Amino acid sequence: MSAQTLGTDAAQNPFDDGALADGHWHDAKHNRKGFFTDTSICIGCKACEVACKEWNHNPQDGTFELLGSSYDNTGSLGANTWRHVAFIEQDSERIEQARESGRKLVNLGMPTVRPRTDETSGAQPLDGALGAAAEGRTSAGLPTTPELGVDLLAPGALEPTDPDDFTGVDTTPPDTADFRWLMSSDVCKHCTHAGCLDVCPTGALFRTEFDTVVVQNDVCNGCGTCVAGCPFGVIERRDDGTINTPTDRDDRKAADMDVPDKGTANKCTLCYDRLVDGQEPACAQTCPTQSIKFGDRADMVDQAHERVAELHKKGLTEARLYGANPNDGVGGTGSVFLILDEPEVYGLPPDPRVPTKDLPKMYANAGIAALGMIAAAGLSFLGSRRS
Amino acid sequence: MANADCIIIQGSNMAECHPVGFQWVTEAKARGARVIHVDPRFTRTTAIADKHVPIRAGSDIVLLGALINRVLTEGKHFEEYVRAYTNAANLISTDYQDTEDLDGLFSGYDPDTNSYDNSTWSYQTDEHGAPATDPSLEDPRTVFQILKHHYSRYTPEVVAENCGIEPADFDYLFESVTENSGRERTTCFAYAVGWTQHSLGAQFIRTASILQLLLGNMGRPGGGIMALRGHATIQGSTDIPTLFNLLPGYLPMPSAGVHDSFDDYVAAVGTPETHKGFWANGRNYAVNLLKAWWGDAATEENDFAFDYLPRINGAHGTYQSTERMLADGVDGYFLLGQNPAVGSANGRMQRMAMSHLKWMVVRDFSLIESATWWKDGPETQTGELKTEDIDTEMFFMPAANHTEKAGTFTQTQRLVQWRHKAVNPPGDAQSELDFFFHLGKRIREKLQDSTDPRDRPILDLTWDYPVDEEGEVDPESVLAEINGYHVGGEKDGQPLATFNEMTADGTTAGGCWIYAGIYAGGVNMAARRKPREEQDETALEWAWAWPLNRRILYNRASAAPDGKPWSERKKYVWFDEDRQRWVGSDVPDFPIDRAPSARSEQFYGGPSHLDGDDPFIMQADGKGWLFAPSGMVDGPLPTHYEPQESTVANPLYEQQNSPTRLTMKREDNLSAPGAGYPGSEVYPYVFTTYRLTEHHTAGGMSRWLPYLSELQPEMFCEVSPELAAEVGLEPYGWATLVSPRSAIEARVLVTKRMTPLNIGGKTVHQIGLPYHWGVGGTGAVVEGDSANDLLGVTMDPNVFIQNSKYVAGAVVPGRRPRGPELVDFVEKYQASAGLSPESGNAHVTVSEEIVAESADADRSAHSGGHRDRGGDSAVGVSPSRTYGGGPGRRDEDGDVGTESGSDQDPDVRLRDSAEDRRGPVDIRPAGATDEDLTAKRASDDGSSISAADDGTLDGADGSPDGSADDPTGADGEDPGSDGEEPGSDSEDPGDDGSQGKEE
Repeated sequence: MSAQTLGTDAAQNPFDDGALADGHWHDAKHNRKGFFTDTSICIGCKACEVACKEWNHNPQDGTFELLGSSYDNTGSLGANTWRHVAFIEQDSERIEQARESGRKLVNLGMPTVRPRTDETSGAQPLDGALGAAAEGRTSAGLPTTPELGVDLLAPGALEPTDPDDFTGVDTTPPDTADFRWLMSSDVCKHCTHAGCLDVCPTGALFRTEFDTVVVQNDVCNGCGTCVAGCPFGVIERRDDGTINTPTDRDDRKAADMDVPDKGTANKCTLCYDRLVDGQEPACAQTCPTQSIKFGDRADMVDQAHERVAELHKKGLTEARLYGANPNDGVGGTGSVFLILDEPEVYGLPPDPRVPTKDLPKMYANAGIAALGMIAAAGLSFLGSRRS
Repeated sequence: MANADCIIIQGSNMAECHPVGFQWVTEAKARGARVIHVDPRFTRTTAIADKHVPIRAGSDIVLLGALINRVLTEGKHFEEYVRAYTNAANLISTDYQDTEDLDGLFSGYDPDTNSYDNSTWSYQTDEHGAPATDPSLEDPRTVFQILKHHYSRYTPEVVAENCGIEPADFDYLFESVTENSGRERTTCFAYAVGWTQHSLGAQFIRTASILQLLLGNMGRPGGGIMALRGHATIQGSTDIPTLFNLLPGYLPMPSAGVHDSFDDYVAAVGTPETHKGFWANGRNYAVNLLKAWWGDAATEENDFAFDYLPRINGAHGTYQSTERMLADGVDGYFLLGQNPAVGSANGRMQRMAMSHLKWMVVRDFSLIESATWWKDGPETQTGELKTEDIDTEMFFMPAANHTEKAGTFTQTQRLVQWRHKAVNPPGDAQSELDFFFHLGKRIREKLQDSTDPRDRPILDLTWDYPVDEEGEVDPESVLAEINGYHVGGEKDGQPLATFNEMTADGTTAGGCWIYAGIYAGGVNMAARRKPREEQDETALEWAWAWPLNRRILYNRASAAPDGKPWSERKKYVWFDEDRQRWVGSDVPDFPIDRAPSARSEQFYGGPSHLDGDDPFIMQADGKGWLFAPSGMVDGPLPTHYEPQESTVANPLYEQQNSPTRLTMKREDNLSAPGAGYPGSEVYPYVFTTYRLTEHHTAGGMSRWLPYLSELQPEMFCEVSPELAAEVGLEPYGWATLVSPRSAIEARVLVTKRMTPLNIGGKTVHQIGLPYHWGVGGTGAVVEGDSANDLLGVTMDPNVFIQNSKYVAGAVVPGRRPRGPELVDFVEKYQASAGLSPESGNAHVTVSEEIVAESADADRSAHSGGHRDRGGDSAVGVSPSRTYGGGPGRRDEDGDVGTESGSDQDPDVRLRDSAEDRRGPVDIRPAGATDEDLTAKRASDDGSSISAADDGTLDGADGSPDGSADDPTGADGEDPGSDGEEPGSDSEDPGDDGSQGKEE
């Protein structure tokens, strides 16, 4: 899967402009690369954050005070923090809700779930259900996931047609249900339709041969348009690198560090400089539990689907995917996540939309408006002639 | 671990403190294993476990004992395994009395020394001296019946009452371990300092060993007990130790007055007369070590320079040394990879002790708190220390980090992994190897004209390592010396292939017998990096594991007594009838051609007399020890005692605390009075300390780094919402925490991850305290109060480790007082609790009659036992490894030639030992007379090598899990784990990290 994937995506996604948008490469030598971040096995060690900063020479953030957010003290993705681990403490009520909402997401696709009988039938639309970003859409008209190359629906595994019928499947949920501590490593999504790239006036943002989105800091003029263009709030303009938020404590101050690329937009490059040398990104390499997986995006999506099915089989119905749906507002993301609650819980937008998505319509409307104005102007001329 | 069907993580926060090794738990989980976390806190480990079982700190033996009890009463033990491979059928001396008989004491207790004589704990022997057994297991003196009796009152009700664990949770735990044990399945335990850092930590591990032996989980894939080591090569620094009482390869350090002759010493290591197992070759191991150190100067005529070895005559652990410093008994101190001002218990005592030194050397990456306490430590702020009054001369030597030098890391699984040097160290920074090589060279140059016999050991050392063009020692040459080589003959200089090639006649030399083979054929086996795709799961060609590249110890037990695998699913090592050899995916841990049916007439005589079904080849009798006749100074069976300072009464015995724990009765080390005593309500809460992933121990490797500091910038305490409401703590506000030693401040994390426990109708609140921060230090990115200032020093008598996991204290909202007011504040609490050095330090709380009965049992016992063990261990001698049987042992008049080594009256000896524990200590040159000693004291030459020895060799407490000393031989481990930690630099001897705290 690779360039074809892109083609297929483009052909059937709502951005039906018939072209490979956003500078996607027609004849890329490489498959589209991406992450699959499986938060169900994240241990919150933050090694990804540190490995990322070490590799990219990113400055430290903040003034070394507790943020007041469980074990999270870097807060969010930004100009300096390109991997960020969120910590969310939840009680049983919230877990129950998550389990329920996740079950619904899956059940949405369940009735059509059947063991694959032949190649042509393909996999059935788990994706719509599993792509959390698609929540709220109707099941009708959901396309299949072309990337789904693995028969994750082995006979008997997920057969029930009645959503509540899990006969023969051990659905006893693991017994940490009175409390849980969610950890999730967030990163730039490397969208299929990238808002930052769309709006960049200088061409500093470009799409690489790995189909990732990267800033060229020596081209970037620091205008900041991309910051507003990102529906995830990922990209940010780096000030002098250390954000000296006011503090009333004299024992706290930011560390003095060399700050590269001051004043330019910064975000995860998916370690472009490592990919060109055949290495994997620093965060994925350092992750001790393989919660962060790196590879061909299509494989990542397949693994994600398998994993979510596996967890549902175990009764962990709160599991769902984020970014795997090619029909979401950004055409799917290069970084796919398995999450255990609503996206909002992790600080992820439930329905991200690339701002340029509405451009055609806007142009059409603008065109209509322009025509109207011309007509009106014409009419006024007609009127004046009369007089 | 990846092969386990169930993993119990107890006494460890594995995901946070061993995240890289945790990948194998993740892997096991992906393969379907059940993971249960038993811990006072809900941690990042719990977050991905299947189940959290909250427990009150220090009550682990109650829980594990109750599991043992239920396994035995319901007959869920692995019958065939237990019968064949353990000492279940052995009969114990009729003089033995259990804690059930003596309300918490075993027979043999001496109230004068607070230690046991274990003569009554020994095996019964027949007329030939062979251990007597009852294969029916029905005799009340069998280990099996004694075990049953011992734990008969450890019930789910007591678990609920003492551990705070719900009966349903107990059932879940019981079902999980029993359903996942047996022929087809295995359960694995993992622990770390949550078990060791107690006054009976070694017994926590013993309890798990007993359970795992009963369930047949030792020596099998996916079984065992993982001792998770805190830094990258802490295992290595136990193997080639930084411990005062051990020499490389778990050979004991000779003790003055006990091991005066080489034969005495060898008897303590192990001889063919007393052992079936591999310790029988103790003489070979000792000779090779001496040959490696003293080369040509070590000859058969001079007992291979045995007299060059320094002797110990007391406990010289880190806290005993601290005490001696305070008494002006130590002149100089080397700190290597240690930051006691922050990382050791009772920080104030540590810092005050350093102010008594004449000189001190700190080798570290930056100016850690232990290097700057004299100018910016907490005591300079309270006015207790004034910089101008401190006479200690300080030296700081920058250390190279692990990327700046080559060498090895030995991790949890005993896997020795070579690391190459990536860059040269900056500036004057040096590796430890380089530093000590050149220090040694300079000392030898200074001494070269000396005629003083005491300088011979230094002048005769083999100190001839090859250096590169920059003058740095080639670390592989050290590895080669450790591996061992032939001396003389046609193979002269060639590396040894195994320790079986080691001889006792001086024709081989080797620095650490268990590492023999790591340089076999001149190849650095530790540097092997064959990718996993190119070999099987055991990955024998990835690095090298001691001994002999064996990945699971005692793996003979992975096959049934008849030599066939227990099951296809758990097949690992088995006997190939056609080839008449042991084969499998690992290096068989057994004489390779010993048939399963082989039987020896003799019950001693070295490895050649191991029966074909004696898998525990390091034990004197080849069996796994459910009952430990020797090896543990605080009892043959683990018994629950309440922690020092516990506010809970022992529900099982009148004896409240461990009667053999080592206390330090001092004004600067006060203890809370304990349950039932007036004043205990002043310190109502339990502090328990721990580490975070983001920091490294005392912070020397993380608080100086912005990337790590920003992740956990401030000292905090974790409290439950209930406690926050009770005390009035604001989330993310400030709290002041007070213990009988000190008071510190911390930000408040109110979280449901902390669970108040219902203990006997009372609510017990536990407060979590990470201990990474410190006050002072130059250039640290973040500072904060040190949790270890709150801790007192009470120690495990086996290994001298301090209790860090149960500290009594009080909490109030707001920040702590500054300056001298802090001292007043702490004293106010002490006064209202009425504390004195005696508070909480009573050793015996049973009636005098019981104590007398226990002591009498010892006197009436015949002398077949170990007259030289109990007290000896307290003076730092490794416990004897035999079981009290054996030919030399049963001689009625106790005159047993090579074995006991002394005719002294045991009582006198014990008393002497106890004195030595507290009294002044000298490194007695071998064979020195009392006149020599007097002269030495008079010369006041403390800054010579004797003081240096103290400082250098000191610093790390014993390891309760040191596999060679573990009386059950409990060390079955899994392939492939890796002790390194991501997000922080890895540990090595030059790095900061108090080994007293982490091991």
